[in-house]
Amino acid sequence: MEGLFAIVVGGLVACGVYLLLRARTFPVVLGLTLIGYGVNVFLFATGRLVTGSAPLVLPVINSPPDPLPQALVLTAIVIGFGMTAYLVVLALKAYGKSGSDHVDGGPAE
Amino acid sequence: MNHWIIAPIIVPLVAGAALLVLQGAEAHTKRVLSLSATTALLPIALMLLSAAASGEQQTYYLGDWPAPFGIVLVLDRLTALMLVLSAVLALASLFYALAGEDKKQEDFHALFQFQLLGINGAFLTGDLFNLFVFFEILLIASYCLLVYGGGAPRTRAAVHFVILNLAGSSVFLIALGVIYGTLGSLNMADVAVKAASADPHDTGLIRTAGLLLFVVFALKAALVPLGFWLPSAYRSATAPVACLFAIMTKVGVYAILRVHTLIFVDPSDGTYLLAPWLLPLALATLALGTIGVISASELRTTVSYLVVVSVGTLLAAIGLFSRDALIAALFYLSHSTLVTGGLFLLADLIAVQRGRDEARLDRPRAVHQPILLGTLFFIGAVAVSGLPPFGGFAAKLYILKAAQGSATAPWFWGAILVSGLLVIASLSRAGSAIFWRTNHSAGEAHPAQRCQAVSTGTLLAAAFLLMVFAAPVLNYAEATVEQLLHPSGYIEAVLSDRG
Repeated sequence: MEGLFAIVVGGLVACGVYLLLRARTFPVVLGLTLIGYGVNVFLFATGRLVTGSAPLVLPVINSPPDPLPQALVLTAIVIGFGMTAYLVVLALKAYGKSGSDHVDGGPAE
Repeated sequence: MNHWIIAPIIVPLVAGAALLVLQGAEAHTKRVLSLSATTALLPIALMLLSAAASGEQQTYYLGDWPAPFGIVLVLDRLTALMLVLSAVLALASLFYALAGEDKKQEDFHALFQFQLLGINGAFLTGDLFNLFVFFEILLIASYCLLVYGGGAPRTRAAVHFVILNLAGSSVFLIALGVIYGTLGSLNMADVAVKAASADPHDTGLIRTAGLLLFVVFALKAALVPLGFWLPSAYRSATAPVACLFAIMTKVGVYAILRVHTLIFVDPSDGTYLLAPWLLPLALATLALGTIGVISASELRTTVSYLVVVSVGTLLAAIGLFSRDALIAALFYLSHSTLVTGGLFLLADLIAVQRGRDEARLDRPRAVHQPILLGTLFFIGAVAVSGLPPFGGFAAKLYILKAAQGSATAPWFWGAILVSGLLVIASLSRAGSAIFWRTNHSAGEAHPAQRCQAVSTGTLLAAAFLLMVFAAPVLNYAEATVEQLLHPSGYIEAVLSDRG
C-alpha cells in the first residue's frame, strides 16, 4: 500500500507542477489544486498507513489512529480552498483587465 | 501565565472582526476603531519588551493545554523586538493612510488589522503548524490589500504574488508533514529536542524538511532566486500598504532565525544546517538588489530594490552565524525595517506632488514642497545607505567588523561596501533628478497633510534615534543573540511544568 500511496502523491504533485508551469491562469489554478490534493494526501499519511484500525478511539483496539494529521489536513483543506477561490476571482479580474489569461498579462511576444 | 502575551493577537483580531461587522458604519467610526486598536499595540508591545528584557522566556499555553500537545505562544527577546517593530511601523502607516488612502478601499481597516494579526501571530507562536496558519492569515490579508484598485500592472503583480505564495504554502505543508512523520511533533521546542536525539536513519529526512522550510522562508524574505516577485508587488502597492509590507520580508527573516537556530543545529558540533547555503545566496541577493537600485527609473522601484538590498545584507550577516554578526544583524534589522517603511511613504508623497509624472526619475516636473520633501529624502537616503550619523552606519560597521577573520571576509566586505557605494550613487542621482533637475514648474498643489509628514518623519527619525540609543539597543541585541545561540532556555521554558 505504501508504494501505491507514494505513486499517487508523486503523480498528483508531478501533474500539478506541470500544469503550474503552463503559465495560463486556468491550468495554474488546476495545478495548484492538484498539488494541494497531493500535499493533503501526504499529510494524511504522516499518521502512518494502517488497515483495520478504528476511525477514532475504540476501547477494544489497542493502538488508536493518530488524530492530529486529520486535524492538520482539515485545516490545510480549508485554507487551500479559500485561497483557490480567491485566486480564481483574481484570475478573472486579471483577464478582464488585460484581455489575456497569461499570467504575465499578455501573449508571449 | 502572563495574559498580555496573547494581546498582540487578540486586539487586531477583535478590531478586525468588529470592523467587518461595522461595514456600513461611517468612515470616521472605522478610523477611530482601527487607530485605537493599532495605537494600543504599541504600549502592549513595549510592555512585553520590558518583560522580555528581564531575560525570562515566558510562555502562554492556549486553553491551558500542556506544552507539546496544545499550542503555545512564546515571548522571548527576539519576539518582543519584532512586536515593537511591527507596532511602530503599523502605527505610522495607518496614520499615513488617514490622509485619505483608507477611503479608497472599502475594507482597508479590517484587512489592515488582519494583516497585523498574522504578523504578530507569526512572531509569537511556538508551534510550526500554527506558524503556517498565521502565515496564511497575513498572506490573504496582504493579497487583498495589494490587489485593490489599480490597473493591469497591479493585478499582474498580485497574480504573481498569490500564485508564488500558494506554491510556497504547499512546500511548507510538505515540510511540516515530513517533520511530523519523522519526529511526531510540531511544537518547535519539542521538535528541537526530538531532532537532537533522532535516529541517524532519519537525519536525511529531517535535513530535507529543514531545507524545505528554508525555501518557504526564503520566498517570504525574497532571497535570490525566490525574490523576483518583490519589486513588482511592492512597487504597485499603495504607500501605507507598502510601508507595512516592509515588515513582511522580516517575517521570513525572523522565521529563518527562529527555526534554524532552534531546530536545525547539529547537536554534536553546533553547526547550522543552513551555514553552507545562506551566505552565498544572501550575497547574490545583495548584488541583484544593488543592480535593481541602479537600474530603477522610478523612485518606488528604487525603494523596492532597497528592501532587497537590506534583506541581502541582513541575511548575509546572519549567514556568518557568529555571535557578533547576529548582534549586528538584529541592529540592522530594526534600522532597515523602519527606514525602508519611511522611504515608501516618502516616495508616495513625491509621486503625488509630481502629478502624472509620478516618481519617475527621467521627468523634470518639480514637487510642490521641495524643502520638506527634499530634507526628508536626504535624511532617508543617508540613513538607508548606511552613512553617519544614522543607525545604518553603526549597523553596517558592526556587520563588517563581525566578518573579520572569517574565510569569506573578502567577498563579504567587497559585496557590502561596493553595494553601499552604488546605492549612495543611485540615490544621489535620484535626489538630484527629483529635486534639482526640474523645469521649475510648481508641481501639483497637493501639500503633504500633517499626518503624512509626521508619520514619514517619525519613521526616518527612528534611524537617528537608533544611533543615539545605540548602546541600549545593542545590549538588548546582544542578550537576544545569547538566547538564540543557547536554545536550551527556550526549550526548557516551553516544556517545563508550569508552577
